[in-house]
Parts: sequence; C-alpha cells; structure tokens
Amino acid sequence: MTDPNSSLSNLDLETPEKPFLDANELVINMGPQHPATHGVLRVILRLDGEKVLGLECVIGYLHRGVEKIGEHRTYTMFNPYVDRMDYVAAVSNGLGYCETVEKLLNVEAPPRAQHVRVILTELNRIASHQLWLGTHALDIGAITPLFYTFRDREEILKIYEKYCGARLTTHAFRIGGLQYETYTGFEQEVKNFLQFFRPKIDEYEELLTTNRIWVERTKNVGIISGKDCIALGVTGPVLRASGVKWDLRKAQPYANYKNFDFDIPIGENGDTYDRYLVRMAEMRQSVRIIQQAVEALPEGPIMAKVPKVMKPAAGEVYHSIEAPKGELGYFIVSDGSTQPYRVRVRPPSFVNLQALDVMCRGQLVADVIAVIGTLDIVLGEVDR
Amino acid sequence: MRAIIQYIQSYLGSDQTPGAAGNMFWALVYIMVVFAGLSVAVIAMNWLERKILAHMQVRLGPMRVGPHGLLQPIADAIKLLLKEDIMPSEADGFVFWMAPFIVVLAAFTVFVVVPFGPTHAITDMNIGILFMLGVSSLSVLGIVMAGWASNSHYPLIGALRSSAQMVSYEVAMGLAVVSAILMTSLNAEGTGTLSMIGIVQAQQAQGEWFIFKFFPLGLIAFFIFAVAMVAETNRAPFDLAEAESELTAGFHTEYSGFRWSLFFLAEYSAMIAVSSIAVTLWLGGWLRPFPNFLSGATWDRAFSLFPGVVFLLFAAMCFYNAVRMPKHPLFRIQTIGLAGFGVVLGLIGLVLFVPAVSLRVQDIFWFSAKIAGFMYLYIWYRGTFPRYRFDQLMQMGWKVLLPLGLGVLILTATVALLQQRIWHP
Repeated sequence: MTDPNSSLSNLDLETPEKPFLDANELVINMGPQHPATHGVLRVILRLDGEKVLGLECVIGYLHRGVEKIGEHRTYTMFNPYVDRMDYVAAVSNGLGYCETVEKLLNVEAPPRAQHVRVILTELNRIASHQLWLGTHALDIGAITPLFYTFRDREEILKIYEKYCGARLTTHAFRIGGLQYETYTGFEQEVKNFLQFFRPKIDEYEELLTTNRIWVERTKNVGIISGKDCIALGVTGPVLRASGVKWDLRKAQPYANYKNFDFDIPIGENGDTYDRYLVRMAEMRQSVRIIQQAVEALPEGPIMAKVPKVMKPAAGEVYHSIEAPKGELGYFIVSDGSTQPYRVRVRPPSFVNLQALDVMCRGQLVADVIAVIGTLDIVLGEVDR
Repeated sequence: MRAIIQYIQSYLGSDQTPGAAGNMFWALVYIMVVFAGLSVAVIAMNWLERKILAHMQVRLGPMRVGPHGLLQPIADAIKLLLKEDIMPSEADGFVFWMAPFIVVLAAFTVFVVVPFGPTHAITDMNIGILFMLGVSSLSVLGIVMAGWASNSHYPLIGALRSSAQMVSYEVAMGLAVVSAILMTSLNAEGTGTLSMIGIVQAQQAQGEWFIFKFFPLGLIAFFIFAVAMVAETNRAPFDLAEAESELTAGFHTEYSGFRWSLFFLAEYSAMIAVSSIAVTLWLGGWLRPFPNFLSGATWDRAFSLFPGVVFLLFAAMCFYNAVRMPKHPLFRIQTIGLAGFGVVLGLIGLVLFVPAVSLRVQDIFWFSAKIAGFMYLYIWYRGTFPRYRFDQLMQMGWKVLLPLGLGVLILTATVALLQQRIWHP
C-alpha cells in the first residue's frame, strides 16, 4: 500500500496514537472562542492527560466566499476584496492580485511603481511579523513584547495612512501601477522609520532570544522536517526554518526583487525557536531591501497603459508571491469578459495549517498553543 | 463598666501579642485591623499591578475612573458584586459553592500569626511557621474542589496542574524553611524556635538577617523559597493553572461575579502571606535595615523618620499630579479628589513624625515595606517572563530545587554544628 516514492511515507495522518496503558482519552474542544487560536479556529484535541494524541482542525467560521465574489465583480472591483483575506498583510495580497491580472493583461507596471510597491510590501512584511511576534509571545506567556511590537507597528501604519488613507485594508495598488503618487516627504519618512526600527529589533530580541524560559518553551517544540514541509505544501518562514532555502523573491523573482541584494535566512532544526529566529532575521532583511529601494527610487510615471474596461483575452494564469506567511498564489481564468470566470486563491495560512497535526503529535497541550502561534495563521485567509 | 475598662487597659503596657497575653478585646481589634488592612492591600495591589504593568508595557493603564484610575478597583468590585451569580447546571452545587470559601479561609487564616512587630500580631504561637505552611497549603483543597465540581474539562486540567504544582513545590519550600529554622538555634542555650516572632527575635539577637547568615547558604535557601513561593501562589511565570492562553482561566473558568472575586482575593492575600513568611525568615521581619553598620540611638531616631518621609513623598506625588491635571471643568472633581488624597496622606505622614507614634508604628512600616518589595517583584516577573510548561515546571521543582534544598539543609546543619561545638564551644 505504501508508495516507496511518496515523500509522505513517514506521515501517518489518519490514526491518532493510543493513550498510555488503559487511560481514558480526553477529547477537548479548543475554540472557536479561545484566546489563543488567533481568531475563530476550532481545534478538537485528543489528549492523554496533557499529551496530545492527535488533533483535528475545524475551519470555515470566517468564510465569506471571496473566490465566488470574484466571479461577479470586474477585475478592478475585486481588487479591494483581496485585502480582507490576510488583513494583517493586506498590501501583499494586493500586490499578488495586481501582478496576476497584469500578467493576464500582458502589461507591466513602470519602475517607479514597482519600487514603491516593494517598499510598501516589505513594510507590510515587517508589520505582519511584528503582529506575529507579539501574539506568539503572548500565547507563550510573555505579555510585554506585544505592546512593544504594536507601538512600532503604529509607525508603519502611519506611513500607510499618509500614503493611501487607510491603515489596515489599504487597497494601496491598482492594476497596472499605483493610483496615488507618493506624498511629499515619503522617502524621508521611510528612512526615518528604518533608522527608528533597527534598534527595536534588538529590543525584541533582548526580551526573548536568550530568555531561558523562552528557549525552553520553543526549542524542540513542533519540529517538522523539510521533507514533511514539502510533502504538505508548507511554505514561508516555516519551510525555511526547516532548512529549505526557498523564497519566491529569489526563486521566481517578481516585482523588481532581482534588483535588490538580500539574504534568505534559514534554520536547521525546524522547531519553534528556529522559526522565531528566521522571522526575526527576515525583519532585518526587509529593512535592508527597503533601504535599497528607497535610496534608488526612480522618477517617472506610476501607471502603465491599462484599458479603462479590462477585457483580458480568454486564458488562465497562475502567479504567486512570497507573502509574509508563505506562498500566496492567485489562479485566474478569463473567458474574455470583464469579469473573471474563476478566481482561486492559494493562501499560505490554509496550507500551513495542515501541518498542525504533524507538529503537535506527542507534544503537550501548552505546545499546541506555541505551534499555532508559530504557524502564524490568519483565519481570514484560511477561510476566505 | 470599670472592670471592662480595666480589662481593656490592662493590655496596653504588655510586651506580648494580644493573643498570647490572652486579651480577647485587643485580639478582636487586631483581627479587624488585619482583615481591613488586608482588604485594602488587595485593592491597592490590584491598582498597582495594573498601573506598574502598564508602565512597563508603554501604556497608561486605568486612567478614567478617578484621578489616574485610583477608583478603578472599587468600580470593578461593584461590578463583580452586581453580576449575575451563575452556577453551571452540570456542576456539583454544594462543592462548587464551598470551594471559594475554603480558598479564602486558608488565605486569610494564616495572618493570625504574621508578626508585623514584636507586639503587633494577632497571636504568637510556638508552632507559628508550621501553622502558616499547613494552613496555606489547605487552599489546594479548595482549588481541586473548584476544578472538579465545575464538571468541565478546562477547570479540571487547571485544578490538577495547580494541585500537582503546589504539592511539589511545598517540598522544596519546606526544606528551605527548615534550614532557616536551624539558624534560630544558634544561641547560648542552643534552642531553636518555630514561633514567627521568635524567629525575628533570633535574627535581632544574632545581629544578622538569615539571608546573610553562613554566606551563601542563607542566600541560596532564600532563593529556593523565593522561587517556590511564586510557584505556590500560581503566579507568572508559574501561572500554568490559570494559563489564559491555554486553559482560558484554569480552575476558575466556570466562576463569575462574587465567587470569582473570592478567588481573586485569595490569590492576592496568599501572595502577601508567602511574602510575609519570606520576610520573617530571611529579611529580618519588622527590623529596620542596617542594624549593624548604622547602629546607635541617633540612627534609630533617623530611621524612625522614614515612615513619615515616605508618606510625605506620596502626598507630594499626589499634589504634583493634581497640579498637572488638565485645566478643564470636567477634571475639577478629579483634581480636588487627588489633592484631597494627598492631604490625607500628608497628614498621616505628619502624625508619623511624632516620636511616640513612630516608635510604635515603624515596625509595621518596615514589615509592610519589605512585603511591598516582594509584591513589586511579582509584578515585574509577570511583565518579563514567558510561562513555563508543565513538565519543565515539575523538572525544576523535583530535579533542581529539591536537591538544592537538601544540600543547603545538610550544609547549614553541618556548619551550625561546627560553630556550636568547635569554634564557639
């Protein structure tokens, strides 16, 4: 029955482990209203005392039918909807969608628009990682980092607010480029933010990286091998922490990431601590990218020539970007009309959530919380 | 009538606690003072914790109810009292009803022997410290009852965690306590004591707080106790029993309103109780700091000014903040209230400068100040540390603190014996 070629051969996902001796199995329902499930995730835990024998995720409490809505809106009208999926990283969602439609229309955004897109997207990656760090630390019991990260995230949101008027669901990009030219002093403000933010990463690390309790709580917790990650389709920092050097910004460069010099941080053990370190390093790399982008911001138009009424030729396209949480892909089928025939989103959180069971088997209840935190899921994106 | 007044007056010249002197009137007065003081301390602690934690986390904390949120705990208490009293339909009614009372009873009863001064305690028992440890560990019973009677999974896990944790840390705690008690026997007669007042008096007689005794043995024993007492009271980083992110609220998940507030009251008074054990055993109880370096009548007088100075500082803080209040009619009542609070504190401070008062009260001041230090530590831990996992907690209790406690106990006993038989026969 087992396929020798299958890389999933060591993963037995169906049968939970048996309780020790003849102990009673305890089934606990965690969520959908629970302080540590990051929204409305419901996890059915099968426990032997404190040990997790297996778990099952129940999702769909936040389902809004985003993909179906896409079939009834024009390409332009659907653009703001994607912001509501991963509302923590709305700019990344917008970038993915706009690039996909541009690919379908065969247009390319002008260089200035590309640069601004990179700056805003990388700022969003920092904001997303900050929110992850705060909530993850809160789940593990350290309450203070949350307030530090939110204080600094505010500065990023201020830049967004000045740029496009919105803070969270920004709708910052348009198909073919940008709608708004950057405001006066945009470059200086971004530079000031970078100056302000660099020491802040050290501040977060000072609280956690060498904290004995933090290390004990995260080392060797929720280990997943690179092989299992690939088998389950897990991407993003989770995959990189398992030692696989895969980042779409380098592997399939989009926007104009190939012009920038940055490293892909990877981990070794694939445990929660490595994922923490990888994300911390990614914030530093984002700072590097933004610095380069803002210093070489070219002049020029911000909008490519895009028809007022978009009617892409019949066909299909798949385009994916490296969102803060992993590979965010859009698959759009066009039938030549003004509305997409089908929109399919490949959300990183949804796919990464599959790994929860594998990562939690044999661990303790407290570790389930740590692992949910380290997967960095956003339920708006899981349920769409 | 005359007999009653004589009975009341008969105690005043005594150098004993009212309980030990057998004066029921003064014992009742002391009980009421301690109970009221404790309730006020819990309320103040509630406000301070939120305020200090908030300032550690770059936020303001309560600011709306009263000046700087000073009335917030009172507003919270009223809210809790007015809330509907919910009992889960599947719960075991009687046990569910009784659990909070047992916890509160255990937390308050221990204060019978806490010595706020050589005469300022409800009573002095010759088994004081045993009584404290014994009664305070009764609260485990209430917690298990609460978790079990709720008939729900999360409280059950919380209660089991909590009881396992409290039972295992009591072992290490006991070993540390024994090594401190050993030190009380280092006198001419070689007789130790278990009385809380006797322990402090032993430190006074030996001219050394037990934390500095046989350096570093006293310090290590104190450290063991300081860790165990955080675990014993289920506070961060050992707050697994009520780990919010894992078990929603642990053993009191199903409790609400007044019953919940009883658990809250018990938790904070238990914190004060264990801190007072630590202060009594290692930090010289009611004794003022630096009794050796800065000795003599002048220094005694200088240190007795301390309580008054501290109260005046608090008063000054109130005035400073009252002046800085926004000049808007909406804030007028708050400003007046804050200034009035400052006036009250200032008056107390001035009264404390009267030598007759300060000599009688400074013991209570030093004892409370030391406990306040511990309370600050509790809040600081909460702002800094992540939470331990259950197995790591057990590992630390049994594999680190227990052997360490045994080692310290054996070493302390050896050194004490050597000192008595060989160095000072």
